[in-house]
Amino acid sequence: MKSAGVICLSKWLINILTIALLTSCSMQSSPILFPKGPVTETERELLFLAVLIMLSVLVPVYLLTFWACWRYRASKNNCYRPQWHKDWRVELFIWAGPVIIIGIIGYLVVVYTYRLDPYRSLDNRANIFRVQVVAQNWKWLFIYPDQGVSVVNELAFPSHRPLSLEITSDTVLTSFMIPALGGQIYAMAGMKTRLNLESYKPGHFIGRNTQFSGRGFPKMAFDVYAMSPADFSQWLEKVKGAKKVLDVQQYQQLISSEKGHPVEYFSAVEPELFNRIIAKYTGKGRPLPLLKPDNLE
Amino acid sequence: MLGKLTFDALPFYSWVAMGGAAITVLAVVLAILAVTWLGKWRYLWSEWFTSLDHKRIGVMYIILALIMLVRGFIDAIMMRAQQAIALNEGGYLPPEHFEQIFTSHGTIMIFFMAMPFLTGLINVIVPQQLGTRDVAFPFMNSASLWLTAAGAGLVGISLVLGRFSTAGWTGYPPYSGIDYSPGVGVDYWIWALLVSGVGSTLTGINFITTILRCRAPGMELMKMPLFVWTAFCTSILMAFAFPALTVAAGLLGLDRTLGMHFFTNDLGGNMMNFANLLWIWGHPEVYILILPAFGIYSEVTATFSKKRLFGYRSLVYATAAIALLSFTVWLHHFFTMGSSPNINAVFGVATMIIAVPTGVKIFDWLFTMIRGRIVFHPSMLFTIGFIVTFVIGGITGVLLAIPPVDYLVHNTTFLVAHFHNMLIPGALFGYFAGVQYWFPKAFGFKLNQFWGKMVFCFWIVGFYLAFMPLYALGLLGMPRRLEQYTEPDWQPFLIVAAIGASFVLVGIFSVFMQFYISIRERNLNRDLTGDPWDGRTLEWATSSPPAPYNFAVIPEVNDIDAFWAMKQKGKAFLCHQHYDPIIMPKNTSAGVLVGLFGFLLGFACVWHIWWLALAGVFGLVVVITVRSSQEHSDKVITAQEIRETEQKRQAVLLSADKTVNNGSLV
Repeated sequence: MKSAGVICLSKWLINILTIALLTSCSMQSSPILFPKGPVTETERELLFLAVLIMLSVLVPVYLLTFWACWRYRASKNNCYRPQWHKDWRVELFIWAGPVIIIGIIGYLVVVYTYRLDPYRSLDNRANIFRVQVVAQNWKWLFIYPDQGVSVVNELAFPSHRPLSLEITSDTVLTSFMIPALGGQIYAMAGMKTRLNLESYKPGHFIGRNTQFSGRGFPKMAFDVYAMSPADFSQWLEKVKGAKKVLDVQQYQQLISSEKGHPVEYFSAVEPELFNRIIAKYTGKGRPLPLLKPDNLE
Repeated sequence: MLGKLTFDALPFYSWVAMGGAAITVLAVVLAILAVTWLGKWRYLWSEWFTSLDHKRIGVMYIILALIMLVRGFIDAIMMRAQQAIALNEGGYLPPEHFEQIFTSHGTIMIFFMAMPFLTGLINVIVPQQLGTRDVAFPFMNSASLWLTAAGAGLVGISLVLGRFSTAGWTGYPPYSGIDYSPGVGVDYWIWALLVSGVGSTLTGINFITTILRCRAPGMELMKMPLFVWTAFCTSILMAFAFPALTVAAGLLGLDRTLGMHFFTNDLGGNMMNFANLLWIWGHPEVYILILPAFGIYSEVTATFSKKRLFGYRSLVYATAAIALLSFTVWLHHFFTMGSSPNINAVFGVATMIIAVPTGVKIFDWLFTMIRGRIVFHPSMLFTIGFIVTFVIGGITGVLLAIPPVDYLVHNTTFLVAHFHNMLIPGALFGYFAGVQYWFPKAFGFKLNQFWGKMVFCFWIVGFYLAFMPLYALGLLGMPRRLEQYTEPDWQPFLIVAAIGASFVLVGIFSVFMQFYISIRERNLNRDLTGDPWDGRTLEWATSSPPAPYNFAVIPEVNDIDAFWAMKQKGKAFLCHQHYDPIIMPKNTSAGVLVGLFGFLLGFACVWHIWWLALAGVFGLVVVITVRSSQEHSDKVITAQEIRETEQKRQAVLLSADKTVNNGSLV
């Protein structure tokens, strides 16, 4: 009876170990641990650095805990000092240790927060590639102001130029993120946030909304393509050949709720569309007409 | 007549909803039948529901917390099961259920599990540790309990009538606004928070007053037990932080009910203000939950290391520093909102500074263990498990406090793993340790240690299995609150997490098994002395369970670890010749009525039944006015009754032979 239990248990353990092995392999696909652009890479560098510094607390705490539990267990009766409750050297050590470590990491925080400010442009104005991003239920609209085209749920850009994104929302608060290229920023209606990203080389990544925004949230992801200049021009030609044009009427159709919207190309865009979407909520400038959302529940 | 409440509110829209409603109704009906069958209604009403005894109120808080723990955990395991199989549109839960479940899980665990749990422990223990007979405002205490229960009731009834919010436990607008969430769900959430929030604020005020004004003679602030100190800091945080939540939820309610525009997208609303207000409450709330647990760990470590607490002053200053700093860091919950690097850097550094006093505490507990005689009681196991697990949470907390790192892992399961890493070992393990430690004080018999160790083992193994994979998933870029996904790489982690949840399930089963076994074997494990662990603080000076007045004669305090010092000097368990009559508050049904009217008010506002809302307000005003102007709200316990009670205790003490080691009997 007992051995049956042991066999059952060991089977379980083997299963768990197998799963653990599988999982550690799949870490290979982590966009954060294996970054594809300088922003995520610097952020990852900071992450590793901070972990290393903090291991200098973790390891002593673990050693001290298990050593204390072992050495001072009641049955052993080692060196019992019931009145030992203060010692200025120990106190100095336990206050100074954390202060020093937090001092170092605090310094890193200040330096890196400025260096990795998402609003900071990664190159001069002439070389950056501008895209305007609009969060909708439950899809992403990308407007290319310099190319005069627009795309739903697909973001392509030439990989040799840093990407400069202006982001707003035409729905609830959402959060825009392409983990392989950099961190996230909120998209909020009536407001414009910015994100500057860069890709080392051509590649395909996944971007998504990370802030729960309703029923279609799980599918609010999009493909990101960093392309060589030649591939990008080809792609642009394809978009420019699309039949549909994103004018005001077409835009109003587009924002009505839809889950898992397919990739869609628009060969032309209403001028100033991005600013007019923001103006819907601020009332300044020339706002688009405001449509209240259909019943979402 | 019934506002928006129609037959459409009944949960006939899906099997999952009907199942939830059926289980809720069935549980309530069974409970009512059981009490009726046992004929215990009068007993429950006169001995418990209407009681103003802080110990009984505390026990009722903890029972509420345990019920809600089960309810919140059912949500949790349903989510884990869903995510384990939800690859490529698999899974058994449609989105509308998954969304309600993650919202109710968070809301319940924070407001109706953790809050009542810690409030209950504070209620049972703090007055005894202070050497006093009651809290400063006993009726207010009862009103707080029933308001909390009313809030829990609102969450419970949302399973049967209407639906719960889908906006997450933080309820960020504009999603939670009327345009995007037109149903009653968010209103349930708002009113559950408002009603129970008033209870929490009152509890805070009550314990600030109790601790400042009702200490035994000689107990200076720097001689208070650590648990009292942490309860004091927690109470200050409750009194000062909860108003921010009340304002945030109240304004959101005005947006939704009266068409105002505080947080809407358009017409001048600003959702960023909600995030600020919510987290001005929300960050101190984390410490409201964790500080009392820190206090419990301090008491447990000292008692079961048989040694005075190391660095008492450091621990007190660290506690106070954490409480103060907790108000200065709220912005780290939304580094990704687009603030300037100046702001993000300041709040990042401020957040890390909290790691200093927290680190100091960890070392103080370790140095308390060093040179002690450590007994591995279940409560001590929880403490050690807490130390080694909490350090991991602390490290990931510092990582999240680095704004550029937060940009990467914010809103991912890394964040989910981090705060569960703080709140399960940091808070819940502490509460469990408190139950293992103080149960004999409350009920007069010890808990079964084998099952206590089972609780610990399954919870800690379950915790690691359930949450370590979530850290990894966060690094894989998996957002939180995902009902389904298409990345096959995520699934193995989610399966491990689901296995972890099933370990926790056994852990929760063990909690109740421990109660069952211990109650069955109570005669073998009686605590006759009132001091089963050779304790150090004043709560162990009373009998187990204590007399309604706790102390027949208020003790004089000269030392930290007052009871330990009394035992050393042979002054513990003294028999007194003379007793004065004691004035205690009479039982009152006013507290229950406050809760009932609070519930009706909340329910009426959810469904726009305005006459009922008015009736609720009117009822509250009448009950509080009548009770406050009552002249004879107290009863007198005569010296004769006290003498009889105390003589019985002396007889029991003699039979337990407490004279030999620790004290003298006259």
